[in-house]
Amino acid sequence: MEGATVPAQDLDAESASWLRRLHASAGERRKSEVELHARLVRIALAEARRRSARTPVNGQELDDIANQAADDAMLAILAKLGDFRGESKFITWAYRFVILEVSSKLGRHYWRNPPVSLDAAQWERLPARFGLDPARHAEAAHIMAEVRRIVDEELTPHQRRVFVAIVVDEIPLDALAVKMGAERNAIYKVIFDARRKIRRSLVANGYLDDQGLEHG
Amino acid sequence: MTDLERLDQFLRTDPRDVGCEEATAILHVYADLMAAGADAAHRYPGVAAHLQACGPCGEDLAGLLLAVTTSRRDG
Repeated sequence: MEGATVPAQDLDAESASWLRRLHASAGERRKSEVELHARLVRIALAEARRRSARTPVNGQELDDIANQAADDAMLAILAKLGDFRGESKFITWAYRFVILEVSSKLGRHYWRNPPVSLDAAQWERLPARFGLDPARHAEAAHIMAEVRRIVDEELTPHQRRVFVAIVVDEIPLDALAVKMGAERNAIYKVIFDARRKIRRSLVANGYLDDQGLEHG
Repeated sequence: MTDLERLDQFLRTDPRDVGCEEATAILHVYADLMAAGADAAHRYPGVAAHLQACGPCGEDLAGLLLAVTTSRRDG
């Protein structure tokens, strides 16, 4: 891992203050927890609204998700205070929890009102995803047909299902991960391998040049 | 950028890409470097490669960076 190490003694004053207050006796600790929670709620609401255009959730439900994300992030932060190693400012470390909670919760809510179903396979919309216009460019239509052939014939069934869901149907990666009971990283790796396989096949068949072709 | 270049850019994979798990693990460090104006990508090239290619992780970074900069600005 590309880890980061910052000596604990180099902790900035604000981070040191947060840690001291969160480890203080009941009264001061409670006050700092309330302050931190209020910040998490503010960040969660802003983040949920920032993402609202790309989710089927809105209005009060979106705010409820944000508040729930802040509550869950708060619990996680307090449980993991001992893991904070001063690699970043404390508040950035804390905000990471709430951003990831919002991200995860919105991914789970996608399937309550999905704009497209799994396996919709909207291949006709794929060229537009890449800004290609087959009506104007015969070459674009030709290469899209080749991409589809590779997906159908060269990807594994699992790669094909994930590629079609994510790239062709534009189902959010986190939502697909929830649907498939997988971690985000596992789905990303499938897409990563599929992209590499498709590109190698396009290069092998002369559709793309091999300049800078990745290794591995 | 031509049509083919756009497609090629999407299909290209970077062998330095560390994946979601590792990128998420240091997202706060990466965001702090960016907020401070430091060259986070130079320090963590594998994370940078991932954040550029992975939409969800890139969104998480964007959200975290906005939270950090807004928080610092508003106090």
